[in-house]
Amino acid sequence: MTRNIHPLLIAGTVLVFIFLVGPLVIVLGSALSDTTYLTFPPQGLSLRWFENIFQIDAFRRTIVTSLQIALLSTTIALIIGIPAAYALNRHRIQLPGWLSTLFILPVLVPELVLGFSLLKNLAVQFNSPIYISLLFGHALIVLPYVIRVISASLASFDFSIEEAAISLGSPPLKTFFTILLPNVRSGVIAAFILAFITSINDVSISIFLTGPGLSTLPIQLLAHMEQFFDPTVASVSVLLMLLTVAVMAIVERTLGLTFLAK
Amino acid sequence: MTQSLTLDSISAHYGSTQVLENLSLAVGEGELVSLLGASGCGKTTTLRLVAGFLQPTSGTITLGGRDLTRLPPHQRDIGLVFQNYALFPHLSVADNVGFGLKQRGVSGDAKAKRVTEMLERVGLAHLADRLPGALSGGQKQRVALARALVIKPPLLMFDEPLSNLDAKLRVDMRVEIRQLQRANGTTSVYVTHDQEEAFSISDRVAIMHAGRIMQLDTPERLYQRPANAFVARFVGFENLIPMAVVERDGAKITAEMAGGVRLTLPLEQFGAIPDSFILACRADGLQVTDNATMEGIPATLGLRTYLGRAYQYQAETPAGALIANGPLTRVLESGAAAKLVPVPEQCTILAPE
Ligand SMILES: Nc1ncnc2c1ncn2[C@@H]1O[C@H](COP(=O)(O)OP(=O)(O)OP(=O)(O)O)[C@@H](O)[C@H]1O
Ligand SMILES: [Mg+2]
Repeated sequence: MTRNIHPLLIAGTVLVFIFLVGPLVIVLGSALSDTTYLTFPPQGLSLRWFENIFQIDAFRRTIVTSLQIALLSTTIALIIGIPAAYALNRHRIQLPGWLSTLFILPVLVPELVLGFSLLKNLAVQFNSPIYISLLFGHALIVLPYVIRVISASLASFDFSIEEAAISLGSPPLKTFFTILLPNVRSGVIAAFILAFITSINDVSISIFLTGPGLSTLPIQLLAHMEQFFDPTVASVSVLLMLLTVAVMAIVERTLGLTFLAK
Repeated sequence: MTQSLTLDSISAHYGSTQVLENLSLAVGEGELVSLLGASGCGKTTTLRLVAGFLQPTSGTITLGGRDLTRLPPHQRDIGLVFQNYALFPHLSVADNVGFGLKQRGVSGDAKAKRVTEMLERVGLAHLADRLPGALSGGQKQRVALARALVIKPPLLMFDEPLSNLDAKLRVDMRVEIRQLQRANGTTSVYVTHDQEEAFSISDRVAIMHAGRIMQLDTPERLYQRPANAFVARFVGFENLIPMAVVERDGAKITAEMAGGVRLTLPLEQFGAIPDSFILACRADGLQVTDNATMEGIPATLGLRTYLGRAYQYQAETPAGALIANGPLTRVLESGAAAKLVPVPEQCTILAPE
């Protein structure tokens, strides 16, 4: 059997593909350029702009900070978000409908406003350490994603399975870990990745909550761009992408495997 | 091993709505009692109370003399079989069946041996390594059954276990369930809204309505001697005719119904008859005849339907619309005048509502 695919469909697909992949190619190309200014296609091939990142002290420090903040805020959001999503779905009938909307609210507030008010209230008024404020802000913006994604995978979860386990003698908390979590594994992984990416790329919240001595990679990148127009911008972007992909791979493997091993 | 279950004046609420009202029920050792009733009458609620997923607002639940009422569900040691099977999707058939044993500290060879034995008994030994997603509905229900039975619980409870299966499989599975239950002598509570299913496999059946048990009895007695008008209608007495005794004469009474129609009824068939009562007859218990000299309820016949063993007529009578059966040898047309003659063996007497 042969099927004719409409030429317009092929053309459309190619266009979308170029639209999606094009910028990545340009960024990668510019990062590899041997020139001292941003250019595409690259002229000469070199890794010097990648080396440059690690020679600049500020970049080295902010990479570590960004990774720390992303991992910690994601972990915090998962620790709060998984039980919250569980409770929202488990007791859906008894709970008022607006309650789950409440947990999505931070997404609706423009992040700049959120960042500014966090700065004003947390950092200035309560004088909380800048690191804690930054972490709190990130946890806050990624939490709605975590709840949303985990809720989606719990929506198809049949809670009578949990009751079956309990009736067979498994205490409720143990049942949560041995029966519920393995069945929403893909949701947890997706939530982790989404939250991590959101945090590590965030500018609008971080711009308010970073300060002297503490910055994240995207904010440091902004500061660097104000002075220099060299391919470091591109190489940092590539590095961010690589970090993200690496984390995705690690999460897939470790979370995936530990759940499978249960 | 097996133990008797007692529910003593249990009431239950969801929020402020009462779902069960002073429900009492005793299931003897090794007995299988069905809860039968229309949707929403509180069958599942009763099971959830016994399983411990719901707390009664008053009353006590005991199993083998042990008070369960305040015990958390994972300590109750009750085998549950759910309507939607509720198998663990991420565990193999063998691990599903072994789950309860693992919680009881049985492991290694001992566990594997009991799981295999159980799977053999439900005919699924060859599927031990499959995931539940790759099983048919009937196979899933067998796994669910094996998972509940393997822990040798003192009490087994089923919540409409067969309602997701097709008609043929339903009949096979209910026989299988009954055989396994008998073989182990496990006290069981079986919820269904299918009367045939309940009557065919139960020692006794509790007919429920609006959170109460209307009658708890053997299938035979429920079928022949319902205790009240609700149960009578439920088990298929189409005609409930209110009557009043006008004359008592030794072994017979004469009673009158609406429209002044009088019937003589033999006491030997019905025992004592109160002054005011309901005569309940299935369609089979009201025979249609065009012999005008017979004593019976005068009727004008309406629609006739063919049942295979008889004709069934809708009939208009002074006592209202009734349903009666007539012989295949005599076909009567719509509009014909006829008599409906009660067959005492097919009728029963109820207290007025
Ligand atoms: N979680 C709940 N919250 C509020 N009311 C409920 C809840 N669960 C059940 N009910 C109500 O309690 C009553 C009894 O429900 P139950 O599930 O026991 O009925 P059932 O006899 O099992 O019916 P079915 O044959 O449809 O399964 C129903 O009126 C139902 O609407
Ligand atoms: Mg039910």
